[in-house]
Amino acid sequence: MTLGLINANPVVHAKKERIARSEDFHGDDAVDPLEIYDILFSIDLVPFCLYVLEDSLVFSNFLALSLSLNGDPEHPYSLEQLSVLSEESITVDEKLGRILITFTPTIQHCSMATVIGLCLRVKLKHFFPPHYKVDIKVSPGSHANEDSVNKQLNDKERVAAAMENPNLRQLVDECLYSSEL
Amino acid sequence: MAELSKLTQYIESFVDVSSTPSQQATSLEAITSLAKNNVLTIETLVREMGMYLTITDNIIRGRGILLLGELLACLASKPLDGATIHSLIAFFTGRLADWKALRGALVGCLALMRRKTNGGTISQSDAKSVAQSYFQNLQVQSLGQHDRKLSFELLVCLLEHYPDAVVSLGDDLVYGICEAIDGEKDPHCLMLTFHIVELVAKLFPDPTGTLASSSSDLFEFLGCYFPIHFTHGKEEDVNVRRNDLSQELMRAFSSTPLFEPFAIPLLLEKLSSSLPLAKIDSLKYLSDCTVKYGADRMKKHSEAIWSSVKEIIFTSIGQPTLSINTESLNSPSFQEKEITTEALRLLQKMVLESNGLFLTLIVNDEDIKDIFNILNIYTCYNDFPLQSRQRLNAVGHILYKSANASVASCNHVFESFFPRLLDFMGISVDQYHNNKISPSRSLNFGALYLCIELLAACRDLIASSDEHTCSVKEKSYCMLQTFSCSIFQLLSFTFSGIVKKDLHDAEFYCAVMGLRNLSTFPVGSSPVSRVIFEDILLEFMSFITVNFKFGSLWDHALKALQHIGSFVDKYHGSVELQSYMHIVVEKIASMFSPHDEGLPLMLKLEMAFDIGRTGRSYMLKLVRGIEEAIFFQLSEVYVYGNSKSVEILLSLLDCYSTKILPWFDETGDFEEVILRFALNIWDQIEKCFTFSTLMNKVLLDATMMALKLSVRSCSKESQNIIIQKAFNVLLTSNFSPLKVALSTTIPIQMEGLQLLQQKDNPLSRDEWILSLFASAIIALRPEIHVPDVRLIMHLLMLSIIRGCVPAAQALGSMINKLSMKSDKVEVSSYVSLEEAIDIIFKTEFRCFHNESTGDGSEMFLTDLCSSIEESSLLQVHAVVGLSWIGKGLLLCGHKKVRDITMVFLQCLVSKSRTDASPLQEFILEKENETNLNFAVMKGAADAFHILMSDSEACLNGKFHAIVRPLYKQRFFSTMMPIFQTLVTKSDTSLSRYMLYQAFAHVISDAPLTAIVSDAKKLIPMLLDGLLTLSVNIINKDVVYSLLLVVSGILMDRNGQEAVTENARKIVDCLAGLTDFSHMMLVRETAIQCLVAVSELPHARIYPMRRQVLHAISKALDDPKRAVREEAVRCRQAWASIASSLHF
Repeated sequence: MTLGLINANPVVHAKKERIARSEDFHGDDAVDPLEIYDILFSIDLVPFCLYVLEDSLVFSNFLALSLSLNGDPEHPYSLEQLSVLSEESITVDEKLGRILITFTPTIQHCSMATVIGLCLRVKLKHFFPPHYKVDIKVSPGSHANEDSVNKQLNDKERVAAAMENPNLRQLVDECLYSSEL
Repeated sequence: MAELSKLTQYIESFVDVSSTPSQQATSLEAITSLAKNNVLTIETLVREMGMYLTITDNIIRGRGILLLGELLACLASKPLDGATIHSLIAFFTGRLADWKALRGALVGCLALMRRKTNGGTISQSDAKSVAQSYFQNLQVQSLGQHDRKLSFELLVCLLEHYPDAVVSLGDDLVYGICEAIDGEKDPHCLMLTFHIVELVAKLFPDPTGTLASSSSDLFEFLGCYFPIHFTHGKEEDVNVRRNDLSQELMRAFSSTPLFEPFAIPLLLEKLSSSLPLAKIDSLKYLSDCTVKYGADRMKKHSEAIWSSVKEIIFTSIGQPTLSINTESLNSPSFQEKEITTEALRLLQKMVLESNGLFLTLIVNDEDIKDIFNILNIYTCYNDFPLQSRQRLNAVGHILYKSANASVASCNHVFESFFPRLLDFMGISVDQYHNNKISPSRSLNFGALYLCIELLAACRDLIASSDEHTCSVKEKSYCMLQTFSCSIFQLLSFTFSGIVKKDLHDAEFYCAVMGLRNLSTFPVGSSPVSRVIFEDILLEFMSFITVNFKFGSLWDHALKALQHIGSFVDKYHGSVELQSYMHIVVEKIASMFSPHDEGLPLMLKLEMAFDIGRTGRSYMLKLVRGIEEAIFFQLSEVYVYGNSKSVEILLSLLDCYSTKILPWFDETGDFEEVILRFALNIWDQIEKCFTFSTLMNKVLLDATMMALKLSVRSCSKESQNIIIQKAFNVLLTSNFSPLKVALSTTIPIQMEGLQLLQQKDNPLSRDEWILSLFASAIIALRPEIHVPDVRLIMHLLMLSIIRGCVPAAQALGSMINKLSMKSDKVEVSSYVSLEEAIDIIFKTEFRCFHNESTGDGSEMFLTDLCSSIEESSLLQVHAVVGLSWIGKGLLLCGHKKVRDITMVFLQCLVSKSRTDASPLQEFILEKENETNLNFAVMKGAADAFHILMSDSEACLNGKFHAIVRPLYKQRFFSTMMPIFQTLVTKSDTSLSRYMLYQAFAHVISDAPLTAIVSDAKKLIPMLLDGLLTLSVNIINKDVVYSLLLVVSGILMDRNGQEAVTENARKIVDCLAGLTDFSHMMLVRETAIQCLVAVSELPHARIYPMRRQVLHAISKALDDPKRAVREEAVRCRQAWASIASSLHF
């Protein structure tokens, strides 16, 4: 097995300055892309790296970004900085209760795309009532196995099955809560 | 002799190691008092102690010598003869060799050497022998911390008090000292050692003498401590701080010029260190050394110092800070700032000390020349690259500091730079007398900036020199005088430039700063003529009065004007002050005249207040202007009912009461003005007899507030004058107390009562007067006697029944303040508190429905409230009135308040007896909202709010009310049991509902500690109250305040037990409130409370988990984002109660 990084040099994007929301006590606050983005952008990537290291599966690009680039696993780049996710790639239809998220894996054959998608889904499940329907896709042309990844991510049964896998479950939970614990 | 016999006992007790320190201290005290009273002589003592002083046991001998030493320290002021002193010092000197029992010897030596001359001191030869013995026998560095400290103190004492004796020791002294202090680490001892070095250096000032050879050794010891690095924590050595040590070391460094060859290179080396603290210290030390070492010694270092200082200033300084707003954005950090200031200070010191040498370095410096070269390249602010801006700022500061150093340096800097700067700006230097400037060239920002720094330097130099006249002949001064006119012209172009928008804001700021500098030269020695000074003021005024749309630029110009004002204000009677008064202050004051339409009123007020704040005389004049405007508009409103005037008045009065009056209070001594204002308000109303119909309530409130606030800040005498005046005006109205018969009954016409029912109704003149009168009474001091108290009380009561709330507040205030006056009875119309209460509660109201028939019933005020037969508006008013009276009594702790609360409770309970319809229906029916019956109950419930809450309008500390401590807590604890029984007994849902409202008012204003201590009983009632009240939208604020009480109990540790007990009920209630649709805050707080509940013991809350998660999942869909976010947090908290994160 060749020891090498799939994406040793991911492009790191600057964090966008965000305008604080103005407080409005009278009107209702509709669910908007920014809100979902605020929920998702903090997903932590350290557990990915640790997971990859532990199981010595594949050296993913995440390993590269948090260990070689940054040199400091405590402050990895977030999804935002890698431009995996942006506010524009989220669409919301509040009336129908639908959320569509399109994310972009850093490289074409990123093996972690499904795990990222799974994380997004689980995190959103915590934040929205059950009647919201969440669709998660990789952006067109950004992944080698685009169709299969999309299918896997939006298949209820497979997501449920994935979450019953204790290893996967643990990984996802760590990603979601490591910043809070 | 009896005491003397105990001497042996005392000595033994002190010497005995096994006795406690306090025992030792008491025996020392006893011996001291014996010696002080001449019962015991030193000889006797020494003879008595003989054995202890010479015994071979080290410990006992040590204690013995210590006793003698400490005794001598206590006897510092007792005269002793020479022989005794000599033999004692000889003894102690000898004992210095006894290292096993050293402390006593050190203490003894110190005690003897510190003696004042009048009690007998040791001779020089004795001192010398002490010193010799010291250096021969003491190995200071091998001693413990305390002994080392004592030895250093001894050394300091020798050097300070017996310099002649120790100087003769010569080299031995210096070597001895070097040996003693070498390697010291304790901060206390270090403070002493640094001081020792300083003293030694001063003893041998001779550059070729003793110290010259050993100065390197001595400095070697000092140098290793620089820069002071302090690792001690905060707990230990509280009394020695890094700063003290650093200061002491600095004094040692600069104590002798002999250190120069070692100190300066070391300091220069540390200057390039990356530690900011080391940099700051080096700069400080260098400044100090520069002054102490003298120009000759520093000469060879000037170049090195200049280059490092220059580099530091260039790197540490930020961009030019021209406006106040940008300062916060790009100002360097605090340490950077300190480095810059210290560097500039050093620069100034060098310029001052080096006789022009240093200045030549600056003038010929390549970097500075570079900056002057780029002035031609970049003219506008925007052209400058960031780095050049920084450098420009640095050069500006350098020029300022070097010009500011002395008159000579100022001349030098001006000669070298000023003509070139003028040239850059387009002012021709050759045509000395033409003063023409070529306006075709655009403004040169860089040159302007530097020029302004030079102006400031010259101004500050003149201001700091004692004799202003000396500088008149100076060159720099002449130059400024010659060119002040052209500089002014140039600067004033920026005003038109900024209006035309072809200038950057920074350039405008710079120009404003320049004008400010020009006009703040010390009066009497200003190079700027009066004409130019006035022109500057005019220029500012014309900008300010027209271009108010420029926002921050306008502010900046106003600030500059303010600055000039506060500067000129210092010179009483000067021409400049007159000009300022005339051009600025009077102009602004005149802008308040009704026909001036130039500026928006708010800006005028802002301007007037900002300028007025800078000087007393300005404020007096400006307040006059504002007052005149107020009274003009008031009469306009009174007579013509001009609605436009009402708006103007509202902002004028608002400014008066929220800005000017507080400023008066703060500054003090403006009583005359305030009195005049209050009297004028009365004059206005007195003068006008025909009242227009358009008087509105908002204006009345504003006027009342202004009057109240002015009356409250008056002294007793002024308040007496005001109240007398007010009373006289009151006599002219229809409400005149003379027209209200002084009897025990007050007739009321039922028909007339409807008049004051609605708030927006226009008010008559009489009502206006009465309200103003009431507000004057509210603000009185307790000592003031109201004229004709009985009449006034009757009048107020009548007005209360008519629904005038201020009258009720006034009556409450009167009653409250009467409680103070019980002891003095001088005035004929004096009424004591008891009498007043009698008047209030024993006066009968005769109600008759038809005046002609004259039939009607008579009843007291309290009966009015609770009359069962028929609800009327009368009753509502009586309840409101009674609640303010009750508040007055409650604050001063009178027991009558009990009766009043009983009346309210009666209203709450009895009224609903006839009402049988279920609560829900009753509330939902719109008609019932206006139902009088309902209104009376509501009034009674709200009465508790009035009683408990802090009112802004009256009865608070601001309006001199008498407030007993803990009154809220007392009222709360008396009321709670009553509410509890009443609620359980209440037979209809409506009365329960109302009782809960009253209960909510009381509990939400009670102190939390009182609630928590009684939480067990209160929680069930609180929750029940929440459930009952949450059905109706009009209670949303009450519900919220109740919920806050619940959350207070939840958060408090002492409430935990009660909460755990009632966990089920609490969760039920909170879960219900998570979808309280009327108020977002309620939902949010309820969810937060649920998060707090999740921390209770696991076993107790586990069963509720499902219920909470169900409620929360609904909240996830809340229309408000804040609630959704809380819901997610709450869900996580409750989900984690379960074994895993699954949910």
